[in-house]
This record gives sequence, structure tokens and C-alpha cells, in this order.
Amino acid sequence: MIGTGAAMLSDSAPVLQPLAPASGVFAYLWVLLALPLFGAAVLLLGGRRTNRWGPYLGCLTVITAAAYAIALLVSMMALPADERAIGQSLYSWVAVGSFQAEFALQLDQLSMVFVLLITIVGSLIHVYSLGYMEHDVDRRKFFGYLNLFIAAMLLLVLADNYLLLYVGWEGVGLASYLLIGFWQFKPSAAAAAKKAFVMNRIGDVGLSLAIMLIFVTFGTVAFDSVFAQAGQASETTLTWIGLLLLLAACGKSAQFPLQAWLLDAMEGPTPVSALIHAATMVTAGVYLIVRSGAIFDGTAVALTVVAIVGVITMFLGAIIGSAKDDIKKALAGSTMSQIGYMIIAAGLGPIGYVFAIFHLLTHGVFKANLFLGAGSVIHGMDGQQDMRRYGALRTAMVVTWLTFMCGYLAIIGIPPFSGFFSKDDIIHAAFEKNWIIGVCGVLAAGITGFYMTRMIIMTFFGKARWEDDVHPHESKPVMTIPLIILGIGSLFTGAALVYWGDIVGWLEPVTGLQEEPLAIPTIALEGITLTVVLIGVAIAIAKYRSTVPVEPPPGNLLTVAARNSLYDDAINDALVVQPTYALSRGFVTVDDRVIDGTVEGSASLVGGVSRRLRLVQTGFARSYALLMVAGAILVAVVLVVVRLS
Amino acid sequence: MNIPWLTALMVLPLVGSIITLALPRSRPQVVKAWALIVALATLGLTIAMALEFQADATAPFQFTESYPWIPAFGISYSVGVDGIGLVLVALATVLVPVVILAGWNDVDDQATKGYFALLLVLEALMVGVFSATDVFLFYVFFEVMLVPVYFLIGRYGGAGRTRAAVKFLLYSLVGGLLMLAALIGLYVVSAQQLGQGTFDFLALVGLDIDPNMQKVLFLGFFIAFAIKAPLWPFHTWLPDAAKESTPATAILLIGVLDKVGTFGMIRYLLPIFPAASDFYAPLVIALAVIGILYGALVALGQTDMKRLFAYSSMSHFGFIALGIFVFTLQGGSGSTVYMLAHGLSTAAVFITAGYLMQRNGGSSLISDYGGVNKVAPVLAGFFLFAAMSSLALPGLASFVGEFLVLVGTFIRYWWVAAIATIGIVITAAYALRLYQKVATGPTAPSLEGLPDLTAREKLPLAVVVVLTLAIGFFPGPVLEVVNPAVERTLEVVGVPAPDIPQAAPSGGEAP
Repeated sequence: MIGTGAAMLSDSAPVLQPLAPASGVFAYLWVLLALPLFGAAVLLLGGRRTNRWGPYLGCLTVITAAAYAIALLVSMMALPADERAIGQSLYSWVAVGSFQAEFALQLDQLSMVFVLLITIVGSLIHVYSLGYMEHDVDRRKFFGYLNLFIAAMLLLVLADNYLLLYVGWEGVGLASYLLIGFWQFKPSAAAAAKKAFVMNRIGDVGLSLAIMLIFVTFGTVAFDSVFAQAGQASETTLTWIGLLLLLAACGKSAQFPLQAWLLDAMEGPTPVSALIHAATMVTAGVYLIVRSGAIFDGTAVALTVVAIVGVITMFLGAIIGSAKDDIKKALAGSTMSQIGYMIIAAGLGPIGYVFAIFHLLTHGVFKANLFLGAGSVIHGMDGQQDMRRYGALRTAMVVTWLTFMCGYLAIIGIPPFSGFFSKDDIIHAAFEKNWIIGVCGVLAAGITGFYMTRMIIMTFFGKARWEDDVHPHESKPVMTIPLIILGIGSLFTGAALVYWGDIVGWLEPVTGLQEEPLAIPTIALEGITLTVVLIGVAIAIAKYRSTVPVEPPPGNLLTVAARNSLYDDAINDALVVQPTYALSRGFVTVDDRVIDGTVEGSASLVGGVSRRLRLVQTGFARSYALLMVAGAILVAVVLVVVRLS
Repeated sequence: MNIPWLTALMVLPLVGSIITLALPRSRPQVVKAWALIVALATLGLTIAMALEFQADATAPFQFTESYPWIPAFGISYSVGVDGIGLVLVALATVLVPVVILAGWNDVDDQATKGYFALLLVLEALMVGVFSATDVFLFYVFFEVMLVPVYFLIGRYGGAGRTRAAVKFLLYSLVGGLLMLAALIGLYVVSAQQLGQGTFDFLALVGLDIDPNMQKVLFLGFFIAFAIKAPLWPFHTWLPDAAKESTPATAILLIGVLDKVGTFGMIRYLLPIFPAASDFYAPLVIALAVIGILYGALVALGQTDMKRLFAYSSMSHFGFIALGIFVFTLQGGSGSTVYMLAHGLSTAAVFITAGYLMQRNGGSSLISDYGGVNKVAPVLAGFFLFAAMSSLALPGLASFVGEFLVLVGTFIRYWWVAAIATIGIVITAAYALRLYQKVATGPTAPSLEGLPDLTAREKLPLAVVVVLTLAIGFFPGPVLEVVNPAVERTLEVVGVPAPDIPQAAPSGGEAP
């Protein structure tokens, strides 16, 4: 994968598409943002008055946005492939000298697929939430935050420059913070929300500095001008920009070493986990890297680091997902791992960008499906999230079970379902570039087979291990219908995008594509991957088929470590948190004793000021007046002296 | 168009204040309503003036007035504003009605008259200090301002108020004294060069002062300013003053008055002592960056929320000073926007903290709170907004200021910007830690039944929120008036900005 940087750039770098002015159906691009923003404003400012109809308004704004997005897609498909990038400049936002950032939107093929994912999956999750949050007193606020999230996420993918992207980037962070901590009365939820925000801020340091470096290097922060000039910058500069952007991506996409917040984020209501912490927001890091492809193309070093981060996180997440008993945390581990695949693909360069986005789309659908399925189970089990307390739910919750199985088949990559296409493409591309990464991808696919099989056995098969007063029941149609739609989506999105959507051809004008003859026959690789996956499945069946103890059995070293998320919290605590607090305590002492102490001490030393202070305090008005008069006289005297001299 | 706008902006609250004193003590509601009317009228006048401001004018100052005062010493009553002054005058006149409304019940009925009269006096002086174009006049405003603040802290504040007030006063007097000495030195130099001594700002800018003399005089002014907008290590008066002040006093003190320090840096230090500014820039930048990180870390360790806000402000003042002393347009304009934004976020944090304290026996100890969100969600919501404003969330005014400061810094010293950027993580940590402790988790027993905000209480916060968002998303009008003023200042300083490549014209964008 290394060493082809410069050469690759010339023949395969995406031809920069000129931005066409937004006319016709595109003229109302800003409405995409305005709709959910309007919903959020009404719901959050309207107060209790909007309690009754607010949630429906929240759904309506997103569904309308989805309909408009589909209209945009249809119009875009009618345009020639190289005229599909639309620009809409709304106003000059931050303009100081040569630093110019516009509030301007850009809709191209890459933004388009994101807009569709966000609005369509977003709509389904909004509708699902009508049922899931039905009995929550604050559900109006919940829908307000969800709308806010959609607006911010759309801004993130529609911004035409880095600074505006940053607004969306932090906007989704804010929405994520609000929704993880939605049940604020739970200290664990509040702590998890804060942790997510602060860890993301570490990533934001990367994004901030990247934007500054981009400006200093290119004199602009607008995507089209930056990318047009990317080839002229030195490789060192591009490497730095790339690494800083990667840091940002690590924060938002929970990649190593900033991954520890994602599992805690499961404190949020499950629809939030599905929408924000699986399908959309956590993939923003992948978007950022692919969007900045023109920069990464010039830096083999940064690309290599991207791929390494992806590999590490892919295994980390998979291992954690294999040991967690909490169904949401197991899924969160899986999300980390799957995003690891996408980051790997992005790290492969132009050959992988398109597959990163392809996997992102299929994953967005099947992971939303799995999370909402988990939510349905949790709902039916009175909030129980421990899979050791599940079992045999396939009879009690038929729709949930069947749709969950769709997601299952998709994620482990059984042909011809979604994950099969998208994951195999990544593995294949990885083998083209570097066989080690390819092997890693195959192994992780095996682990995926293991942890997902473990999950479905523990949840839907075997004996019931329910707690006494639990009576699992199927969820209402308002929840099961979105599940069914997503289940169908899980099965066929991959095939549809390949055979009908031509995702590769669609994205090529943005991401570029490197056509190389495949050294390894596709069918052989697919066979090997599938075999490894099935081995993973078989191991899980062998291990969990008979009995699942209610109490987790003592595990080996790896299991224990994985149950503790590979000690990520302990490591962060020891390396960052505790030193920071120690420094903070130290400085507090320094400030009180040394700096303030010196000032106060020297004051009393110099002239018994503290005694005089008391004098001033006793008749402070009079004394102060005296002081002022003395000062004024002093001024007058000095001025006269100066004048005379 | 010879309306004496700025004098009117001082006379109006001053006269209003005198009338306040004449109102019956037994009718506190009348007193408050009157004070509010005066403050709103002053705000209206400011808006009318701001609309007359010509962003592209060639004259350095607008709305100028000049009358001889002590001609023998070349002292005159001269006022006028550039974009920077205008923005800060506007900040002052916006925040006064806001704090009057928010601090409606800050003091008991007996004290109402004096309290509100002092707030209005302070408003007049704030307008004066930001619009003086005679350095001696500036000095007079700078010193006289201490009087109302001293009484506002010492008479109406918390338990340790007298000590805090005296500490504030002594610090300020020391700074003022040094500034006075430097001012006289400056006068002597002007007398030597021009034959006739002057305090006229533009005349002083035109002087060609010996660099060594500049270095001496610079320090006198700088220390005064570094105490006022406390830079590390001149800051220890601030936490005490913030803790003991009423919210209204704290807001005007930290949100507006302390800006006199950073305003003084960009208005006086840079153009009058360009060589010395260049010479001391590394030192000031070092203090600023230390302040950013040190202030944030100490804020993280506070147990009292008002002291926390004081340290957080110190951290933010570090950003402002940094932007001024990197001598780039982005840095200077960013600092000015940050001054404005910090005024707004200070208002947000202290107003919400004040509402909390009023409902909880006046305690500002963080540990006395918990789970406020459950009982008073609107109050908690504003509190969270205040936290977001202080951590400079993109989309809010403080982000525009902070990011421009960082960009302006990066252009010259990328590694300084890199260190300062670490501050954004610690800021998030202390701001959200505070929100977590105060608003989330189980509700503290003493807070059960805590009433949520009334309409009167919401209104001033709503104003602050709207302005914070408006400047965050539409900073254009502010930047348009600030940029030319900063440009002029940097021309005098004459340190060329490092080269930034010109942006390639971007193709085919919609108009």
C-alpha cells in the first residue's frame, strides 16, 4: 500500500468537478437543513404546549426532508455524471482579511448518499421512537434533540468548507451529548455524556489544527480550492494535515486510541444508539477522510497510519464485542470494529475510498436494524440488557427475531446479503495493497461471525433465563414496521447498490478509483472469507449451544480483559485523567498559597498594609475619598513639575 | 450630523442615576423600573449611533467630539470610537439593562436605590473609558471606574465582600499608579518632540519614541492592563472579587470592565509603543498561553462555581491577549470578537449561577447542588447553554473569536497555537464537569421543589442567547466594523504578517 503516492495522484486522483449553481429542485438545498432545525426549535422552545403533537412534528420534518432528498437524488441521476456537484452559497460567514469562510452548501455524489442515509434511516428511527419513548415524560425534548441531530449531521455532510463542517461536527457532538445524557438523573448517563464530549474534544484539537494548517498552506478552507491545490503542497505538510484529520476522525468515530467513549454512550436511549452511535454520527470520521481524499492521496505515511488505526480498532472492537454480556455494549463493540473496516478501506487510498463509503452505507442500514431490534428486545424485557437473562425469545418476539436475523446475515456477510458485498470489497482491496491487512480483515470477519452468533444464540435461542416478573412481548407496529423495512434493507442494500445503483461508478467522480487487475481471483477470496466466518459461527454454536449460565463464568485472561473493554478506561485514567487532575490540584495549591500568598504577604510586609486595610474598611468611604484626593494632588504636582522642568 | 452621540451616552445614564437617587426609597419597584428605562434608553441611543457608523470610513475615529479641558497640559475632553470601541460600548450598553433585569432582586429594598444608581454611574463611565481619545481622559475614566465597583462589591456583595473589595482596589491602584507614571513619561516625551506636551491619542501615535524609552513606558501601561484583564500571574484578585460580587456586579466587572485591559492593549500599547510591543510580544504571549492552560486547570479544581468562572475568564483573557500580540489581522479581530463573546458568556454564566444561588440560600458551592435539571429544566437548559458558550461551541460567538485568535496565532507561531488549542479540551472538561455536578444526577434534597425560571428571569437570558447565536452565525456586521480598526492598528505596529498563499479562485460557485 505504500510508495505509490505521487504516481497514483496523477492518473487516478478524482477529477475535480466544478460546482454547478443550485437551480431547479436544488435551489432549495438549504431547506434540507431548515426542516429538522425548525422541528428542533419548535420542540425545544415550545415547551409543554407542544407535548402532545411535538413528536409527530419531529417525525414529519425528517420524513419531509427524506422525501426531498429522494427528489434530489432523482434529479441528480438525470444529470451527466460530471455535472452532479451542486454548490449553494448562502452568505459570507467569517471573513477576516484572507481568511474567508462562507456559509455555503455543496451537494455532490458523496454528500448525496449521506443525505439519503441520514434522512431515511433517520425517519425510520424517529417513527420507531414514537413507540420506544411513548411513556417517557420528556419525549418531546427527545424528539427535539433528534431533530437537532439530523440538522447538524446534514450540515456536516453538506458543508462546502472545513470551518462550516466543524459547526456540523460539533453540532452532532452536542446532540450526542444531550442524547447520551438524556436520562440525566442517572449519574452514569450524565458521566457517559460528559466523557463522550470531552474525548471528542481531543479529536477536535486535531480538526482545529488541521483547518489552521490547511488555511496557512492553501490560503483557503473551501473544499474545492483546497483539493485543487493539494498536489502542490509538500508531502510533509500533507502528512501533518492527514494525521490531524485522522485524530479528529478517531474522536468522532471511536477509533483507537479515542474509542473508550462509545461503549459508555450506550447509556443513551436505544434509538439514539442506533441513529447516532451506529448508523450516522460515528461514521463522520470516515466521511472526513474520504472527503479529504485529495489530501491523503499525497501522503503515503498518513494513509498507512489510517490503515493501522483501522486494523487495531477492528480487532479491539471485535474482541470487546465477543465478551460483553450487555447486548448494546456487544453491538457497540461491533460498531467500533465495523468502522475499523471502513477506516482501513479509507487508509487504502483511492482504491478503498469507495468501498469505505459502500460499507458505511450497508452498515448504516444493518446496524440500525440490529440496534432497533435490540431496543425492541430491551423494551419487551422491561429494560433488561443482560443477554444472560435472555434466551428463547424467538417465540415471544417473532418479528423482532426475524428482522434481527436479517441484520445478522448481513453483518456476518453471508452471500448475497449486504455485508457480503461491502466487507468483501474491503478485504479484497486490502489484499491488493497489503496482504497483512487483508489477512487481518479475514480474521476479523471470523470474529464477527463468532460474536454475532453468540449474540443471537444468547438472545433468541436456547432456554429462557428471564427474571421472574418479566413477560416478553412483541413490540407495537410503530416499532416493528421500521424494523421490517430495515430488515429488508439489511438483506438487499448491498446487492441493490452494486447491481442497480452502481455505487462504484456513482462515487467515482468524487473519490476517484484505481482500476487494477485483481491478482487474486474474487471467487477464491470470497470462499476463504466465508469459510473463516463459518468457522467463527461454528465455534460460537459449539460454545453457547448447550447452556448459558446466568452468572458469567470466570474467563481466561483475554475474556476478562475484553469484559473490561481491554482496560481502556484504566489506561486513559492512568495516562491522562489522573495526571490532569493532579496538575489541576497542584495549580490550585500554587495559586492559593504561592501566587496569592506572595501578593498578600508582600503587601503586609511592605507597609503593614493589612493593618491599614482594616482602617480603610472601617470608614471606607471617607478613607477612599482621602485616597483619591491624595492621588489627584499627586497627579497635579507631578504635572506641574514636568511642565516647569 | 453633529449629534454628540458619545457624550449623550454618558450623560443619559449619569442623569438617570442622579434622578434615581431622588426617587423615594420606599418604592423600590419604581426605582428599578426607572433604572431599567434609563438603561434601555441608553441602549436605544447606542443602536441609533451604531447604525450611523461607517464601516468603511477613512477617519480613524467617528462621532468625535473634542473640547479643551486643561489646555495648559494639553489635556482635552476628546471622545470618538473606532470599530473596536464601538463594539465594546455596545457590549456595555447591552449588558446593563440585561443585568438590571436579571438582578432585579439581588439586593434588599433598602439597598435598591444606591445599587441601581451605582450601576448606571458605572455604565456612563464604561462608555467613557472605551470612547476616550485623550489618554489622560482615558486614565481618569480608568481610575474613577474603581469607585462604583468598589462600592458595588464592598457594600452589596457576599460575606467576604470588604476584603475582596479592598483587594480589588489595591491591585487596581497599583496598576493605576504605574500607568500614571508611564503616562507622565509619555507626556514628557511628547513635550520634547512636539514642543508642547499632549495627551491626544493620535498625536501620541505619531510620535517617534526611542525604543528603549518605549520599553520602559510600555511596562507601566502593560502591568495596569494585565491586572485589569488579569493575565497570569496578576490575577489573584479576580476570584475573590467574583466570589463576593452580586451577579450583576460580577458581569459588569468581568464581562465589561476587565475588557478595558485587553482594549487598552490593542488600542494603546500596540500603536503608541510599536517597537516595545514587538519586543515584549514573546513575553506577553508566554503569559497568555500560561494563563490559558493554568486558568483552565485551576478552574477544573474549583469547588466554588463563581471562583470557577473567574479562573475560566482568566483562561479566556489569555486567548484575547494572545490574539492581540501575534500582530495578525485574524488574531486582532478574533480577540475583539472574543471580548464581545466573553462578555456575553460571562453574562450567561453569572446570571444562571445567580438564579441558582438565589434559590439555594446564596450558596455558590458546587457540592450544594445536584440534579437541578429535574426540578428546573429551563434554568438547567440555560446553564448548559452558558457552559457551551464558555467552551466555544462552533456556531456560538465565542467560537468565532477563539478560532480566529488561534488561526491568527497559527499564521505566526504554529506551535503556540498548537499548545493553546489544548485549552479547548480542558475547557470542555471543567464546563461540563460543572454542569454534571450541578444539574444532573439525583436531585439534592434541599433543591426539591426548586422553582423554575419566571418570565422576568428568562428575558435577560433569552437576549444573551439570541445575541450569542446571532454573532456566532452572522459575525459579518461585527467583523466589518472591527477589521478596519485592527488593520489600522497593525499598520502602525508594522510587523509584517507571514505570507499566506492566495486562495485559488474557486470554480463555478453559485453567486
